[in-house]
Amino acid sequence: MTNRPRKQIHLGAHFPGVNSTTVWTEPDSGSQIDFASFEHLARKAEDARLDFFFLAEGLRLREHKGEIFDLDVVGRPDTLPVLAALAAVTDRLGLVGTINTTFNEPWEIARQFATLDVLSGGRAAWNLVTSSDAFTGANFRRGGFLPYAERYERAAELVAVARALWDSWDDDAVLGDRAAGAFLRDGAVRDVEHAGPHFRVRGTFPTPRGPQGHPVLFQAGDSADGRDFAAATADVVFSMHSTFEDGQAFYRDVKGRLAALGRTEESLKILPATTVVLGDTLADAQERARVIRRQQVSGPGAIAFLEQVWGVDLTSYDPEGPLPDVEPDVDNADITRGRVRHVKDPRPVVAQWRARAEAEGLSIRDLVIAVTTRGGFVGTPTQVADDIDRAVQEDASDGFILVPHLTPHGLDDVLDRVVPLLQERGSFRTEYSGPTLRDHLGLDRPAPGRTRTAHLDQQPVG
Amino acid sequence: MTVTPSTHLGLDLSDAGAHPEAWRATGSEPHRLFDPERLGQLVATAQRATLDYVLFDDAFALHTSRNTTLRGRLDAALVSARLAPRSSGIGLVATVDTTHTEPFHVAKAIQTIDHVSRGRAAWQVGWSTTDEVAAAFGRKPAQDEADAVAEADEAVDVVRKLWDSWEDDAEIRDVPTGRFVDREKIHRIDHDGVRFAVRGSSITPRSPQGQPPVVVRVGSPSSLALAAHRADVVRIRPADRGDAALQRAEVRAAAAAVGRDPDELRVVADLFVVLGGTEHAARERLALLDALAAPGRRTHEGAAHVGTAADLAATIEDWTTTGAVDGFTLRPAALHTDVDGIADEVVPLLRAAGVFRATYPGTTFRDTLGLARPVSRYATAIA
Repeated sequence: MTNRPRKQIHLGAHFPGVNSTTVWTEPDSGSQIDFASFEHLARKAEDARLDFFFLAEGLRLREHKGEIFDLDVVGRPDTLPVLAALAAVTDRLGLVGTINTTFNEPWEIARQFATLDVLSGGRAAWNLVTSSDAFTGANFRRGGFLPYAERYERAAELVAVARALWDSWDDDAVLGDRAAGAFLRDGAVRDVEHAGPHFRVRGTFPTPRGPQGHPVLFQAGDSADGRDFAAATADVVFSMHSTFEDGQAFYRDVKGRLAALGRTEESLKILPATTVVLGDTLADAQERARVIRRQQVSGPGAIAFLEQVWGVDLTSYDPEGPLPDVEPDVDNADITRGRVRHVKDPRPVVAQWRARAEAEGLSIRDLVIAVTTRGGFVGTPTQVADDIDRAVQEDASDGFILVPHLTPHGLDDVLDRVVPLLQERGSFRTEYSGPTLRDHLGLDRPAPGRTRTAHLDQQPVG
Repeated sequence: MTVTPSTHLGLDLSDAGAHPEAWRATGSEPHRLFDPERLGQLVATAQRATLDYVLFDDAFALHTSRNTTLRGRLDAALVSARLAPRSSGIGLVATVDTTHTEPFHVAKAIQTIDHVSRGRAAWQVGWSTTDEVAAAFGRKPAQDEADAVAEADEAVDVVRKLWDSWEDDAEIRDVPTGRFVDREKIHRIDHDGVRFAVRGSSITPRSPQGQPPVVVRVGSPSSLALAAHRADVVRIRPADRGDAALQRAEVRAAAAAVGRDPDELRVVADLFVVLGGTEHAARERLALLDALAAPGRRTHEGAAHVGTAADLAATIEDWTTTGAVDGFTLRPAALHTDVDGIADEVVPLLRAAGVFRATYPGTTFRDTLGLARPVSRYATAIA
């Protein structure tokens, strides 16, 4: 270990998603749409002094075998109105929302985030995701228009335009001189003109700059393109590498890209998503984790998971029995839509799973549980606090985005029992140091009017 | 003997007030124009007076429609959402564009405001006709009003279908079968129209009101047709009571002509309001505000009340008892002055006269408007 000062951990609270992580079959599983659920998690997270609340987005309901996938939670709200409403019931908590860059226009989305930043007193953040699929595009007037290779190109241009729009208002643009009739300071708002491959935008932006200057930008892509984009553009990477070794490798890789871009390592935070299961003893926690995994992977859910890989209907198989003996359909990659299929050629995967199930005596459901279990912290509060702190101090991450399995109380025990231990060891704040999410994350505030790129030009408003 | 139903009273909370120079009047706080606490206080005042709704205009350009020295606006839908958790009873009407905004986004935004407000969201349909806004998006040239309204008409159709795409009881949480929803009760809309092709369904479950009220401003034959087809609340801007009665009759006839029950529409008149302790004092206030505007500039249009609270109450009572309109969108000249007068002086007089409610009749905006909650158009009849 080096002698550097103790790193401060950053923690976010993820609202439960519409996937198999979220268990809805338990009696204490609450509504995924009632505002009381969002309010509970946000208030609880703020009481624990977390950095932010995180809400994901969906633009089309998932389908499986041509029908709405009905085994997980279905249905979610629009991201930004929920965050705006949460701004009314919290004071300091960052408000992070996923918004797709493919199905939004820069003028509109820049305006919405500027508004959220103003309405929340500087707590807005945008998790950028890209997509190109025609399945989602069927809900929008331009359809699935974007070639896959251009999705980050469009995202980068969209962010550049949004930043130019946010920078087109000075911080102190409102003069409010009633006698002179000058609402704005002279020259404090400049026209923006942009012409690029994806956008042509010209005009005077109608919405004031938020307290943060720019909302904090999160980025979640894991491909090489995604990592480059994050290094060039993001303030926070929402990563999926939550195990210690994976996390360290990812951390080194992404942070290593920054120097060449003129950025410091502190200017980009890496926050993997993770889960936490607590118990009074390690064995107790492990047993709870096992029960939760079985709740997350139901029998029908296990069959549906295998169908995504096999590409054929497997409903005649018993989830508590052995793996299907039929061969996969290599060409039916679209059996599930609205979620990324990670397996390109299913045959080697199927062979490997059969071998494992055989060797370990696993049923379909056991096998699915085994292959979909990813890291996560399991142990007593002290053990989990140790593990989280170690991951951060040894550069496997800068903190974590905590994903609960129950709505809305799923993080209560972590916030009540683990966060105080992190505070005791001086790794996590006991009070917010400032009002904005940039303050919480230790990120610099961008200066206005700094955006100058080849095809971005700002003119004083006449 | 006839019973006069309660009139409907809304309040336009856009900008610093309906007068373009309101921000320059004594007592205005220009630095708080974008402060949500200022808006929260105004909503609390309106709610104290049990007004039907507050309304926020919006546009993608910096005030193309108003000759004002004021500059800057926040996104109206997010403002409504921000105000929702700390209010109750009162409707929250947000203007959202249809010329450049995707109907799928509009649908889930308004549904979500309806969820967070527990049934108090409404959508005022916006459209854009200026070169300025077209250039901000760079996707298509500016459209004339008839074309933009035709597009808005189709957008409202898409949005309303998306609002119905989940039946009320689609979420079943059936533990024995492991099914969270009954997918027979979640419907694709398969809209394949002139301007839009939208598959659906919405990602958002049906909201408390099912169909949040749709508000349309009428000022042309095309917008009249849009209102007749699609609106629940129709805003007119009459010159006087007689004109209001004529316009209301025109809206109702147009709705009937397309097969709707005219009693399902609420026709509300814009009324520009300048209050004073005496009529003279009110006229002085308006003169001072007008003097701040560039010479010869019109500072308001349509019917105006420039006078005392008692006289405004008398006017509202007169228009209500004669059936000229179903209600009003009061447009205070200066929010920081006139909203208090409306809440604390005008409304008590209207209640005493028996033309305005003293409580909210239910919890949703549809309840307040006296509109039934519609069943989803996709719901299958139950035997």
